[in-house]
Amino acid sequence: MIEIKDIHKSFDDNYVLKGISATFTDGMNNLIIGGSGSGKTTLLKCMVGLHAPDQGSVIYDGRDFTRLNTEERIDIRKEIGMLFQNSALFDSMTVEENIMFPLNMFTNQSKEEKLDRVNFCLERVDLKGKNKLYPSELSGGMKKRVGIARAISMQPRYLFVDEPNSGLDPKTAILIDELINEITDEYNITTVVVTHDMNSVMGIGEKIIFLYDGYKEWEGSNQEIVNADNKQLNDFVFASKFAQAAREKM
Amino acid sequence: MFTDFGRYILLLKSVFKRPEKWNIYSKNIFNEMVYIGVESIYLIGIISLFVGAVMTLQIAFQLQSDLIPRTIIGSVNRDSAILELSPTISALVLAGKIGSSISSEIGTMRVTEQIDALEIMGINAPGYLILPKILAGITMIPLLVVISIGLAILGGYMGGSFSGAISGADYYRGITEGFNPYTIAVSLVKAFFFGFIITSVSAYQGFYVKGSALEVGRASTKTVVISCISILCADYVITGLML
Repeated sequence: MIEIKDIHKSFDDNYVLKGISATFTDGMNNLIIGGSGSGKTTLLKCMVGLHAPDQGSVIYDGRDFTRLNTEERIDIRKEIGMLFQNSALFDSMTVEENIMFPLNMFTNQSKEEKLDRVNFCLERVDLKGKNKLYPSELSGGMKKRVGIARAISMQPRYLFVDEPNSGLDPKTAILIDELINEITDEYNITTVVVTHDMNSVMGIGEKIIFLYDGYKEWEGSNQEIVNADNKQLNDFVFASKFAQAAREKM
Repeated sequence: MFTDFGRYILLLKSVFKRPEKWNIYSKNIFNEMVYIGVESIYLIGIISLFVGAVMTLQIAFQLQSDLIPRTIIGSVNRDSAILELSPTISALVLAGKIGSSISSEIGTMRVTEQIDALEIMGINAPGYLILPKILAGITMIPLLVVISIGLAILGGYMGGSFSGAISGADYYRGITEGFNPYTIAVSLVKAFFFGFIITSVSAYQGFYVKGSALEVGRASTKTVVISCISILCADYVITGLML
């Protein structure tokens, strides 16, 4: 479980996060949603330590990440897997080397053991046999899947996903969502997904936090979001003509 | 400027932290040595040969006097190559070739979130990315300078002989007479610091890039400018301290 308490973050005079508190549950897809500039990615980066919050705490199963020293933080980071918006695969490495990289850095496994793990992860994301390809030879969806394979290679306790569907066609986006959902169930990990994609919200949003202008505006599930009585949330959820038409039919 | 200098020092502090796994770092160090050293030999070699040849012609032109022995041309060319031309010109050229490349490489990794990915994994990104480059720079650039000195002196011989400015025998006697080995030490100290400046300044510029590909290009240009100025300042200070 991850708990965030009263997170504030500003960049110069621009206040991005204004006191956000929430709990992210184990074995569940926890979604952070909101419009562009609402502070979703900044909150995610504060949670994983890429940004230092001005105020507040991020607590991983009782361990306050913001109060730990560098060595203790590294211990928690080894339990974190993250899929970045643009996958962030290492350009100079093959798919196999990308997935093997954390294993090389932090385990003393033999080469065969590491290769077995790489092949298992690749099979898990349906990319068996793509070991020797470079990131430049992969499609957007394949890059995301390799990113997921790399994120799960160390069997993380916490999985963070930043905009998993950006730049993907709707069909591939659904496949990625399903994969994230399956991995969360399979490993019983705490998954935090930042998205503004309504298909993801409706598909895998077991727990949803809606941010608006740096505040937590609403919290609930995908079952509750359609009937929520919140103007900002409704403006966000029913922004498209398609959604508005669907709402009128309801 | 002071903020930048402070961040540069803090970055260096992170760079020299104990590596997670030496065997992975050592592989990266050898790769960087090949890139910085071996792949620059051709460029440094050509430049050094021509600089040596041109220097000989210019010295011969300036020392046209019956009172000055022709062997002086060889001596002046040798000392100029060892003390100034080889370390400084090599460093300025390498600041353009290697510095811009390091800055672009690390800057691209920054804007494509690859550095964030390293940090999320719990890897000391400055150490993993920058330490091998600095170690390769401070070992390979002195080696390149030694090669450059040899080729500049050879270039002087060839240039002088082909043009008839000085005979081969006079030139040889000039470069072997009155040789002070301390000048080589000065040259190597310069090369060591220049190697450090080129790799660390370019890595710093790349590591803190913000924005997009456009910013990566700007950081690359800034790297070359700052490295060149720093090299010239360091050149003056080291020369002042050691000579």
